[in-house]
Amino acid sequence: MINQAYIFDSIRTPRGKRKNGALNEITPTDLLSKLMLSLSEKHNLDTSQIDDVIIGCVMPVGDQGANLGKTAAQYAGWDIDVPGMQINRCCGSGLEAVNIAAMKVRSGWEELIIAGGIESMSRVPMGSDLGSMAFEPKVSLNNNYVPQGIGADLIASIDGYARKDLDELALQSQKRAFDAYKKKKFKSMIPIFDQNGILLLDRDEHIRKDCSLQDLSSLSPAFEKMGHSGFDALAKEKYPDVEHIDHVHTAGNSSGIVDGASLTMVGSELTGEKIGLKPRAVIRSVATCSTDPTIMLTGPAPATLKALKIAKMKISDIDLIEVNEAFAAVVLRFMNEMKLNSLDKINVNGGSIAMGHPLGATGSILLGTLLDELESRDKAVGLVTLCVAGGMGIATIIERI
Amino acid sequence: MTYQKNQDNIAIIQLKLKDQNPDFLNQGYNEGLLENIIRLENDPDLKGVIIRFSKNSYLPKYDIEKLFKVDKADMCFEYIESQKNILRRIENLKVPVVAAINCSLVGLGMELALACNYRIAVDTAESQFEFSEVRHGIIPGYGGIIRLTRTIGIEKSLPLLLNGNQFNAKQALDFGFLNKLENSNDKMIDKSIQWIKANQNTLQPWDQQNFIFPHGNAHEGQNPALISAYPGKIRKKTRGNFPAPETILSIAVEGSLVDFETACRLESRFYTELLLKKATKNIIKANWFQLKKIQSGLSRPQKIPKTTISKVGVVGSGLMGHGIAYVSAKAGLEVVMVDSNQSNADKGLEKIKKILLSDVKKHAITDSIAKDILYRINATDKYENLNGCDLIVEAVYEDKKLKGKVTIEVERHILNDKVFASNTSTIPITDLAENSNSPDSFIGIHFFSPVNQMKLVEIIKGEKTSESTLAKAFDFALKIEKIPLVVSDSRGFYTTRVFERYAKEGMALLHEGNHPVSIESAARAAGFPVGPLAVIDEISIQLLADIRNQSGNDLNPKKTESESSWNDVIDYMLKIAKRPGRASGKGFYEYPTKREKYISSEIVKYFYKSQNSSNQEEMVERLYFSQSIEAVRCFEEKIVTSAADANIGSIFGWGFPLFSGGVIQFINNYGLEKFRDRANILCDKHGERFCPPKLLDRMIDNGEDCFK
Repeated sequence: MINQAYIFDSIRTPRGKRKNGALNEITPTDLLSKLMLSLSEKHNLDTSQIDDVIIGCVMPVGDQGANLGKTAAQYAGWDIDVPGMQINRCCGSGLEAVNIAAMKVRSGWEELIIAGGIESMSRVPMGSDLGSMAFEPKVSLNNNYVPQGIGADLIASIDGYARKDLDELALQSQKRAFDAYKKKKFKSMIPIFDQNGILLLDRDEHIRKDCSLQDLSSLSPAFEKMGHSGFDALAKEKYPDVEHIDHVHTAGNSSGIVDGASLTMVGSELTGEKIGLKPRAVIRSVATCSTDPTIMLTGPAPATLKALKIAKMKISDIDLIEVNEAFAAVVLRFMNEMKLNSLDKINVNGGSIAMGHPLGATGSILLGTLLDELESRDKAVGLVTLCVAGGMGIATIIERI
Repeated sequence: MTYQKNQDNIAIIQLKLKDQNPDFLNQGYNEGLLENIIRLENDPDLKGVIIRFSKNSYLPKYDIEKLFKVDKADMCFEYIESQKNILRRIENLKVPVVAAINCSLVGLGMELALACNYRIAVDTAESQFEFSEVRHGIIPGYGGIIRLTRTIGIEKSLPLLLNGNQFNAKQALDFGFLNKLENSNDKMIDKSIQWIKANQNTLQPWDQQNFIFPHGNAHEGQNPALISAYPGKIRKKTRGNFPAPETILSIAVEGSLVDFETACRLESRFYTELLLKKATKNIIKANWFQLKKIQSGLSRPQKIPKTTISKVGVVGSGLMGHGIAYVSAKAGLEVVMVDSNQSNADKGLEKIKKILLSDVKKHAITDSIAKDILYRINATDKYENLNGCDLIVEAVYEDKKLKGKVTIEVERHILNDKVFASNTSTIPITDLAENSNSPDSFIGIHFFSPVNQMKLVEIIKGEKTSESTLAKAFDFALKIEKIPLVVSDSRGFYTTRVFERYAKEGMALLHEGNHPVSIESAARAAGFPVGPLAVIDEISIQLLADIRNQSGNDLNPKKTESESSWNDVIDYMLKIAKRPGRASGKGFYEYPTKREKYISSEIVKYFYKSQNSSNQEEMVERLYFSQSIEAVRCFEEKIVTSAADANIGSIFGWGFPLFSGGVIQFINNYGLEKFRDRANILCDKHGERFCPPKLLDRMIDNGEDCFK
């Protein structure tokens, strides 16, 4: 019989803004270590029981280089026996870490894994790794690489989403996030203190409480200039039916650039008994998929279908869904493909447009948010899915027990 | 503070010299400066500011007392931020600010200068600059690290910040700390005005949009390789016991990766963390408050007015004698250095010339100053030249008879009321005074070797030593820039007696079967500069045996089992292994010519029994406790009378770890009662040397606080 992979807990830091944000002054290692320490202290965890630490990070260079999985665990004072690694599945990294953890536990070879992610985007900006995807001409030309925003605008253009559709979704995200914050719904969020115990941040800084449709509509398109400079042409080479790319995404209806980290504790039933923790949910299925790298962001639906198939479920079996708001069009495309016509089950406490998308951390953050809300509504089945740069998608289905 | 504006609407600020005594420590810079900043901020016609730093002006100082006392993280952080803000307001003035420097600068003065847009100084050898904070356990944490690294780059900043070394104006210009040197005060002011007129851009480089970090931030250029090597460099020196250098390194690195304001805040957080550490408090308490207390005459008879000394005699020109002559002459005293014959006296003088030469090489003094120093020393074999000296220091070999003979000979040539000081580390002064025809002016001054480097002197009162003699010896010690520790007479006085415990505990540990390498490592990890076995090798096992034979066991009449343990070690080393110490090339260590010394395998083979080994923590505890308990006994016997003396004596005399605050502060930190209880356990386990003295009981029971 196959071991089941259980989620014992899932926690995250608040998300700090890029500009003058509260987490800018704290190094990624420090931020992740603090969260690790919170986790082990919260559960009085004997850390020598941890078989592995898997940390997703999309810009694993500079402050974020050299395997934070191990480095941060050591710096947090975790047992010398705890190994760790760092992985990169672009924006899916945080969820991929959880998924690998689940597979490890289901293999029966390991019992307790701490999986999550980190991204300090204020300190290690996107593109810092100078990867070939965008920075090696023969490669980017071969793949018709365009920046993600162009991909998002391409989706909107193909599907016919108007600027207003996107802004309304963005507004919904802001309202829901602020409401959830006011109602203290983010149980998974752990405040971050400095080395002296002085509070650094205890809320998601990126949320705009007074956001209005008017404000959102006044923002200028974020990707128009770079599109016109040539990226639109590269995109249209691949999509010859598209006559014109509408640059409808703005800073307001795209995900926020923030700092944050997250951790999810995944283990076997036996381990739960050993460390005295009750599982909160079981991981029903995990899936990844690949899509066209130019449009790049259409992965959530196919990844979800794959995960549903593995779990032997239908989309109607899912009670709550977190689909990452990398761009507003990503969510609309997902709803379209999955034939979901309301946001009732989707991102009910807001998403990355309001709170920000710390690339490597987001997957595990969404999982924690989902789990909190399933518990709060006493619902059973939840789905997390994200689009992934480079043209991929990722999904995880969990069920409360 | 004076504030005047010239015809160009440039304000020239001179920080006013307050009525301050030389030990004026705790003057914050807030009031006067803040008042002026508000004026400057509100002056619409202002075109520029010149802040004059000069010998006659009041130089801003950290409020050390405030930094020491603050014990809550949020208050500490707020305080640092508020102090920082004052400098930031100067920086944010809408007009250019020039620091015009015609004096030495340290500490907050350096920070204030860095907050100015332009730094100009008069080129004189006398002006020395230093970031001395690290030596006091603190850091230039009001933006100083952030500004310095952004001014001269990380690579050049780190050695200045981590070592606290002095540099002169020319070097300051080379580093880029100074922007310009002028050769006179007037020229400097003229140039300052010119600069202000020509530079109306008042933004600091780091506040400009296109700021490029000089030589790159921590992740750029050559810096990553440089920085990755620093943790090892620091730990090699500090063994992790001194937190300030590590704090400085982290701030310099992390501060370079974020914007200026964030960097400053991050610096405040690190500084807060540092200030709240026990080690920092200990270092400040010892190195600052207790040291100043001693230097301001804690143990000097108060009634006696300050004496003046202009001419000293030094008898003997050997290891100690030439050093004493050198430090005296360097302090401006006229020196007569007498030896038994002229050729010996000349040899002593040669040694002094060598020290001077190396001082000049290191730019510590100029060639002409070196010549002046040498000129003040008269090396002679004629005792009659001692006539006219205010004070005589006898520094002949440590031999009671010889010292007696010299005393009689010297006194034939000097007046009775001249102070006669014998330099000795062990021989009771009362005994030596018996040879003197005026025992009331006879006193002991125990210098430490090498004299020119060791800051402490132990002044020993004999039974008949008069108060005026003590006062004069004390004043002499201060004059030659030594720290005077006043103790009562007994064998080994204070420093030798307590220090001996360290060496003996090392031997006891060895005798029990601990690996000698583990013993030495434990001592160094605990913060002692040299392991006990290495120390014994240096002073020679033979000497220990001599002292033992000479003094019998009059220090410890009850010969306990553990005392016999080190006697066994000494006997084995001398009689069986024939390894008497470093001088003979063989001791606990082997001393090969071409590589570093290493523990002899013969010693390991003879002593080491793995089943009897203690862990490092236990060894460290015993090294600390054995000394602290002996120090309490010295209190009990009134050999020392103040915690300041006991702590400072331990730190500067034999390298007792500064971060612990000294041999008595260790007990305070440990907790009096807890210390006594632990000592009782150690006593049962390891012997009576750990038996807590009755004084501790009295203190615990009656609430007496002798160790304040």
